[in-house]
Amino acid sequence: MALANSDQEHDVETEIAIAGGGLVGAALALGLAQSGISSAVIEAEPLIDDAAAATDGRASALGYPSWRMLLALGLGPELEPHAQPIDQILITDASQSKITRKFQSSPLSLHFDSREKPIGGPLGMMVENRHLRCALARALTANPKIRVLAPARIARLEALPAKARARLEDGRDLNAALVIGAEGRRSAVRAAMDVRLIQVDYEQTALVATLAHDRAHDGVAHQMFLPGGPVALLPLQGHRTCLVWSEKTAFAKSVLAQSPDVALREIRARIGAVLGEISLEGQLWSFPLSMALAETWVKSRLALAGDAAHAIHPIAGQGLNLGLRDAAALAETLRDARRSGADLGAETTLLRYQRWRRFDTATTAFACDAFNRLFSNAIAPVRLARRLGLAGVDAIGPLRRLAMQIAAGGAGDLPLLLRGEALAP
Amino acid sequence: MPKKPQDSEVALAAPSIDPAEVEKFSRIAAEWWDPRGKFKPLHEINPLRLDFIREKTCAALGRDPSADRPLQGLRALDVGCGGGLIAEPIARLGARLTAIDASEANIKTARVHAGEVGLDIDYRVGSVEALIAAGEAPYELVTCLEVVEHVADPAAFVAACARLVAPGGLLVLSTINRTPKAFALAIIGAEYVLRLLPVGTHDYSKFLTPAELAEALRDPQIAVDPPVGMVLNPFLWRWSLSSDASVNYLLTARRAA
Repeated sequence: MALANSDQEHDVETEIAIAGGGLVGAALALGLAQSGISSAVIEAEPLIDDAAAATDGRASALGYPSWRMLLALGLGPELEPHAQPIDQILITDASQSKITRKFQSSPLSLHFDSREKPIGGPLGMMVENRHLRCALARALTANPKIRVLAPARIARLEALPAKARARLEDGRDLNAALVIGAEGRRSAVRAAMDVRLIQVDYEQTALVATLAHDRAHDGVAHQMFLPGGPVALLPLQGHRTCLVWSEKTAFAKSVLAQSPDVALREIRARIGAVLGEISLEGQLWSFPLSMALAETWVKSRLALAGDAAHAIHPIAGQGLNLGLRDAAALAETLRDARRSGADLGAETTLLRYQRWRRFDTATTAFACDAFNRLFSNAIAPVRLARRLGLAGVDAIGPLRRLAMQIAAGGAGDLPLLLRGEALAP
Repeated sequence: MPKKPQDSEVALAAPSIDPAEVEKFSRIAAEWWDPRGKFKPLHEINPLRLDFIREKTCAALGRDPSADRPLQGLRALDVGCGGGLIAEPIARLGARLTAIDASEANIKTARVHAGEVGLDIDYRVGSVEALIAAGEAPYELVTCLEVVEHVADPAAFVAACARLVAPGGLLVLSTINRTPKAFALAIIGAEYVLRLLPVGTHDYSKFLTPAELAEALRDPQIAVDPPVGMVLNPFLWRWSLSSDASVNYLLTARRAA
């Protein structure tokens, strides 16, 4: 069911406007509402609150801090029934013959185990995006501090000295102290900011599917580095696993063009028998891979969050986690600014958010990029070096725990929401 | 709507105002609101100072610091308001604010900016001495931040500020201590090495120690609190409150009810 939207009067006055009602935009609106700041969420698609109707096949690997944040935003009751803890992560640089179901450290693999307790919980949680979308859509529409404008799009955006003015495609004008672009890779707010993008096209495509299988996954996530590109197996609830399979775009297209049986055969050839007998649940989806990092995230009256600011290589599942960190940091920055009487849309205020987030993002983006380049290379000495590298990281406890924390998004200067603390005015 | 500037000649002639200082800040008044400009350090330190003011004011006057507009209706005065960097947030927290500055250029800058962001602040060119002479009613909150070190007679100036505090009201001052560390950081470091501030912004001999400020405020009706330091973590580039008051510090004083 599409949620009805009753706003048809002409001008919209709001303190904060958020372009994009996806996962990042919605989490941001909820964080602001906790802080006593009202917002309007402008979403191009009707909000969907029915999990059966909302699916693109993807699932999100939420690092433990991201999961704590969603709980702190009050989404626990909606999400807990659908969340699968990731208890172990097994990273292998191998063809399928080297993958075993025994998870002790092998010299050629890297093994993260939540029992080492670096972050006080599971390494992460797997939640299908459709469940995340529905939980957030329900929370948005139920919140009196949030006004949802959907479906609606920004046609024109202007940053004036004291406010931002957006003309919506339906002719309404919207005035806000601040407009935040959280509408993904093709952000209209970013276009209005006229910022330089640092872009890398990987010429790779991620094929995404939900697999049903007869063996239990035991909460183990696999990341396999194969010559064509990395394959991730992410445990979902029950005997189901989310497959994220990256390949050269031409190969991915040829797989998509053929029957599901051909795709299944290719998947089996890559993942081996780790899940037992497998079948496809629903269709195979495809997502081209590229990295785009906005050079500047804020200007007077305008700010970017999530993929609008940084679409990174999804190699370690960091895209949504970074987006949620943006949302947490931006909500807290604006909460603090409100407390100290600051102008929420002033560049001075927004620069604090940018300083807080940008270093972390650039580091993660380039680390994921470097990781992908290293592991997509089949030259023998590079393969050997990276195997030794993995074994080296695995052999050193503290280094491995740090790598684990970074993979789970738990390092650095964490905003309150990511520590699991709700915001208050 | 911009008001007609007050009689700035009278204000400039007031005893605590050093004409050379006024001229210096008039030249850079337009840059007050540029977060990357000459006042960048003030923009950076502002949230800390304002959190301090909100907290201390709420504690002294029995207000709820987590309210939407915790200073709603409070009668407040900002002395040496410059471009309005402290005045605007205090007004946004709900105060009915009068803000004065000796520089007409600053007041003009501040008025234009407040008009743009839709804040109602009573900006006047003037001095505390002129306000007292005109019989101005006292205020529940008087703020005077990073001003003391720029006036000709600091002791007379802070005493005049204190006279404008109503019974039960609060005075918030901030300035730079006169210590070797302050000389090294605030003058050599900030002006010459890091170029955070224009050379000549500060004159070391005008810096006051907390004890000297407290001495200038000596009055049976005034209780002066211990100073609170503001320190910059150069690695995180973040300001925080500290018990180390050897460079930048805040001082609060309350008038008996």
